[in-house]
Amino acid sequence: MATSTDQLDHVRALMARATGDEKHEESSTSTLDALWVLYDRVLRIDPSHPDAEDRDRFILSKGHGPVALYAILAANRFFPEEWLDDFMEHGGKLGSHPDRTLVPGVEASTGSLGHGLVMAVGVAQALRAKGLSEQRVVVLCGDAELNEGSNWEAITLAPNLGLANLTLLVVDNHSSSFEPASWTDRLGAFGWQVHEADGHDLDALEAAFLEPHDAPLVVVADVPAGEW
Amino acid sequence: MTTTRDATAARTMREAFASTATELLVDDPRVAIVLAEISTQLFGAGRRHDPLRVVNVGIAEQTMVGVAAGFAMEGFHPIAHSLAPFMAERPFEQLKLDFGYQGLGGTFVGAGGSYDYASEGATHHAAGDVAAMLAIPRMQVLVPGHGAEVASLMRATYANGAPTYIRTSLATNDERHVVSPGRLEVVRRGRGATVLAFGPMLTRTLRATEGLDVTVAYATSVEPFDGDGLAAIVGDRPHVIAVEPWYEGTVASALTRAIGHLPATYEFIGVPRRFVHDYGTWQQIDADLGLDAAGIRARLELIA
Repeated sequence: MATSTDQLDHVRALMARATGDEKHEESSTSTLDALWVLYDRVLRIDPSHPDAEDRDRFILSKGHGPVALYAILAANRFFPEEWLDDFMEHGGKLGSHPDRTLVPGVEASTGSLGHGLVMAVGVAQALRAKGLSEQRVVVLCGDAELNEGSNWEAITLAPNLGLANLTLLVVDNHSSSFEPASWTDRLGAFGWQVHEADGHDLDALEAAFLEPHDAPLVVVADVPAGEW
Repeated sequence: MTTTRDATAARTMREAFASTATELLVDDPRVAIVLAEISTQLFGAGRRHDPLRVVNVGIAEQTMVGVAAGFAMEGFHPIAHSLAPFMAERPFEQLKLDFGYQGLGGTFVGAGGSYDYASEGATHHAAGDVAAMLAIPRMQVLVPGHGAEVASLMRATYANGAPTYIRTSLATNDERHVVSPGRLEVVRRGRGATVLAFGPMLTRTLRATEGLDVTVAYATSVEPFDGDGLAAIVGDRPHVIAVEPWYEGTVASALTRAIGHLPATYEFIGVPRRFVHDYGTWQQIDADLGLDAAGIRARLELIA
């Protein structure tokens, strides 16, 4: 049985096949460990049925640096690993921001910042309206993406709708020009349950995602600058 | 017979929208209504029917559209609504990307296009709403001229998988017409120019053209536009005069796509491209801008 280290090494090898987006390299690598934990230990998504009604939903809100997500999806056989060789190429399916109409397993077409969290609120509410109480929605935002005001509309709304099925993963790679005050203080004040974790500690991240909660959950994956 | 008078004539377009949306909510479990405070008082029955499918996001129009997109991603037919500037302009990128680019469908109902709420000032005006919506591929743009037409256009499009902007207004025509997306109607036939009235401009256009030997046609569908229908009525050397309730010339590309292959001439009677720094009522602003029946008549006497 492959260890976590073996599997992550394979994902990193897949990421190395997708070249050309060096400006977003840190954006991608800083999300790798949290994404791997999600797809290996938390989310229930059948790669052979990526649109199944009873799946969990994951949205890469920031869109930037999607190579880690692409590599994890490929490693899990959502699509052939060879697609990574055509990353950003004309005729390829994997752009430097993901297109839901092209890529199995990509729930939302993102890249313009500040859209995914809002849509995730709608998805979470829609799941409730459909009576799907066991499914969860996880959305990844970057710390700099949270400069966008639309996110704070959604951060205000989600606790008021009682969306305990929604998890916001903040990958804080310290790329924002503005270092925030404590995430726990800021997001907790809006009514979210906040769990800050080491962004490279797989077990700590898993524990954070699986923490019991009756309010929308935030998992802050801290990735210090330079340790992407 | 294409026109009727009925009990719905007394309803405003906004009330017609709300009652139709509520009926759809009750009849179709895949309908969801997303609001941003505006008109929430009209959806009490809908909330009582299913509070999970009637969501008020607060004063947050980007979120209104984004949440609607989330519903659409889950297979729902969302209906969102606000005043026209806050429906079509403020959340423009969410309409463009979350719905247009992502290939989703939804209904977006703007109330009070142009300067319907004249006394509120230009922060609440939107004469550019239709031009903005036409810039989004896949977006359907409909402009009913009567409350009953709001209902029929909503029912025709709410579940067709495309995003649809429906522009309602305080001004209404005297009579309802039987309308459908992608279709225009000849209301009066003449030998001269073709005067094409959009949405709530029809009644005043009919008054303005009394005694003139022109054809008057009525359009409630800007996208899809009935190009074949227009081509069929304009003759070999068309002279088309569009009477528009939004910035003049907004429909120019639709007309030229339809009859650009002919030696056609075009005139546009609509809202001048400037901000209105005045208050009062929409009727007073119409008169100032030459968009009441008398003003349209004066223009037509120069160009028809």
